[in-house]
Amino acid sequence: MAQASSQLSALELPSVSWRRRHLLGLEELSAEEIRTVLEVASRFAQVPATAPLPELLQGKTVVNLFFEDSTRTRTSFALAVRRLGGEVIDFQASASSLSKGETILDTARTIEAMGVDAVVIRHRTPGAPHLLAQNLQASVINAGDGPHEHPTQALLDMLTILQHRGSLEGLTVALVGDIAHSRTARSNIWGLTRLGAHVILCGPATLVSRRWEALGVEVSYSLDDILPRCDVLNLLRIQFERQQSRPFPSVREYAHLYAMNRQRLEQAKPNVLIMAPGPINRGVEITADVADGSHSVILKQVTNGVAVRMAVLWLCLCVAQQDGQP
Amino acid sequence: MPQRRIRLAQGRVVDPSQGVDQVADLVIEGNRVLGLDAPAAAEEEVVDVSGKVVVPGLVDLYAELREPGYEEDETIATGVEAALAGGFTSLAAAPNTQPPVDTQAAVEFLQHQAARAGGARVWPVACASRGAAGEELAEIGQLVQAGAMAFSDADRPIRDPGLMRRVFQYCGMFQRPVFSFPEVPELAQGVMHEGTVSMILGLKAIPAAAEVVAVSRDVTLAEATGGRLHLTHISTAGAIEVLRRAKARGVQVTASITPFHLALTDEALRSFDSRFKIRPPLRSREDVEACLQAVADGTIDAICSGHSPRCEEKKVQDLDLAPFGAVSLETTLAAVITYLIRPGHLDWLTAVERLSTAPARILGIPAGTLTPGSPADVTIIDPEVRWVVRPEQFRSRSRSCPFAGQKLWGQVAGVLVDGQWKLKRLE
Repeated sequence: MAQASSQLSALELPSVSWRRRHLLGLEELSAEEIRTVLEVASRFAQVPATAPLPELLQGKTVVNLFFEDSTRTRTSFALAVRRLGGEVIDFQASASSLSKGETILDTARTIEAMGVDAVVIRHRTPGAPHLLAQNLQASVINAGDGPHEHPTQALLDMLTILQHRGSLEGLTVALVGDIAHSRTARSNIWGLTRLGAHVILCGPATLVSRRWEALGVEVSYSLDDILPRCDVLNLLRIQFERQQSRPFPSVREYAHLYAMNRQRLEQAKPNVLIMAPGPINRGVEITADVADGSHSVILKQVTNGVAVRMAVLWLCLCVAQQDGQP
Repeated sequence: MPQRRIRLAQGRVVDPSQGVDQVADLVIEGNRVLGLDAPAAAEEEVVDVSGKVVVPGLVDLYAELREPGYEEDETIATGVEAALAGGFTSLAAAPNTQPPVDTQAAVEFLQHQAARAGGARVWPVACASRGAAGEELAEIGQLVQAGAMAFSDADRPIRDPGLMRRVFQYCGMFQRPVFSFPEVPELAQGVMHEGTVSMILGLKAIPAAAEVVAVSRDVTLAEATGGRLHLTHISTAGAIEVLRRAKARGVQVTASITPFHLALTDEALRSFDSRFKIRPPLRSREDVEACLQAVADGTIDAICSGHSPRCEEKKVQDLDLAPFGAVSLETTLAAVITYLIRPGHLDWLTAVERLSTAPARILGIPAGTLTPGSPADVTIIDPEVRWVVRPEQFRSRSRSCPFAGQKLWGQVAGVLVDGQWKLKRLE
């Protein structure tokens, strides 16, 4: 690890300890591990996008194995690999042999046989990355498994909050909207609570389970009630594509109850941060004036996404391997 | 000419139908039980079964044999072979084949294939609705004549309560029970039990209400029509409450449960392993506690295998795509010994009642007893053998078993069907 950091001149990377080859979720990470990723990511984030970075991933090949459509996460991972000098291959799963009946495991093994160091996987079924991790030699990075986890998204959300507030300890963060179908929500719940934030889940009863309360999380059905207490509002996208039947009467009614608009913003703390994992449904979870307004850090999140993914790839592909050697 | 005699000497004979649990010789003459401790005859085969438990052959109320149509999962021959290996001498074959068992010809095909295989006895369960489509009655009268013992659409529960009511009325004419897999399909759109675990994993989930609502409906219709209802798969505390109240009112209702739902919980799904994707889903710890209590007090009458083999090609997939199902015939008895008898939930007499005597009564077949004159279907168990479940060694054609890799107690040491040795691991 010391070697890895001493190579760098433009970039000061901290001396870190990291043992995981895979990043499957935040549930299994300790507070210490989460702090490590955020610390490394914040160093990457300080380097301007146009400035050169050391080629930490030189000689490494990463495959983007996306079984679900995605533009931003796929692009963000690709950019992270390239900025650190690695090779990235985009595997368009929908157009491949999956339509010919090949299983996800066969596909992954085939790709691995071509020689890759890491598989970044997105899949519609929870546990798909875990299935790969059990069966592949390569590192597996979960880029979203159904409604289960999306660890790099939560990490970039946390990094964004840290940059504005310095600490998560004691902050009140509301995750608003479709909690039931949101992998971003689940990863945020684990990460935020582990670092000492108070989490409120807010949305219609059909999309927010009271069972979360047993895990130390607050549940509310009323955005107006909780609004004045929140330091951060993370407005989750309504996942129309995952819902088996519509869990609320109409988009109009949803927006009436849960959309973040200018009137609601006036009820919030003056320094409230407005976040959204995107892509956003303008006018549903968030109105355009709020999304583009001064409280919004939505684009900052996108920028931080690249830094977080560089940190995760470096830790899992470089540091974990060094640590693994005797 | 005197008939051939077999003396199973000095085993622990457990026969709930007579309330017997004692060391004795069980004597068999021809294809019938002669009795306990009958005087020695000049010519008899004496088999020392000391240290073993001798019980009436086990009877399974729910096993899918998959033939015709899904021979990649199981065939009638491999299924009855697996049944014997698991100590079952009789099984009720679920009709969810392709085509489904809804004609006399299909019933007779099943009987012929089973006879050719020569393993356990197979008792046909036929479709209650034509093609198990849930739209109109199957030709139940003709199916009874062909040998159908019960009627059920198996794992495609009848949605229409109007049709279900007619099924009860019509089956009642022939004194045949209606077997119901209690599940409301509209509530069962998921891969696992709905609870804290499914919430954390983000997996699509099946609430307990999917079962409780179905049990409530079926019990109400059975009561209203005077029909006879058997619930093939119970898994929730809520369903047990409904069942308990119905039995107290005198409704003709019985129920069975699989060993999986008595031994495992939804926590197993944290592995994301499709072996644990079974139907009904593995439930919460509270449900399992309630089920254990209900099996002990008799609210749940029987333990069935719930054998629903699915081949590896289908099972080794992500949890959304993998089908429900598990191989069970060869582990049911050992699971009962390991998870119910040894921890003290059931004594041997009650366990054998649940695995043999009660299911025989529910199915209406001459089995589940060692009374003199009854058919000589006998299972001999060595309760002290501990073994590791290795699905690759199963007789069943499929391998996906939630108990794989576990150490279970109790091995089948011998099986007699109709007085003939079908399996013998004895001196």
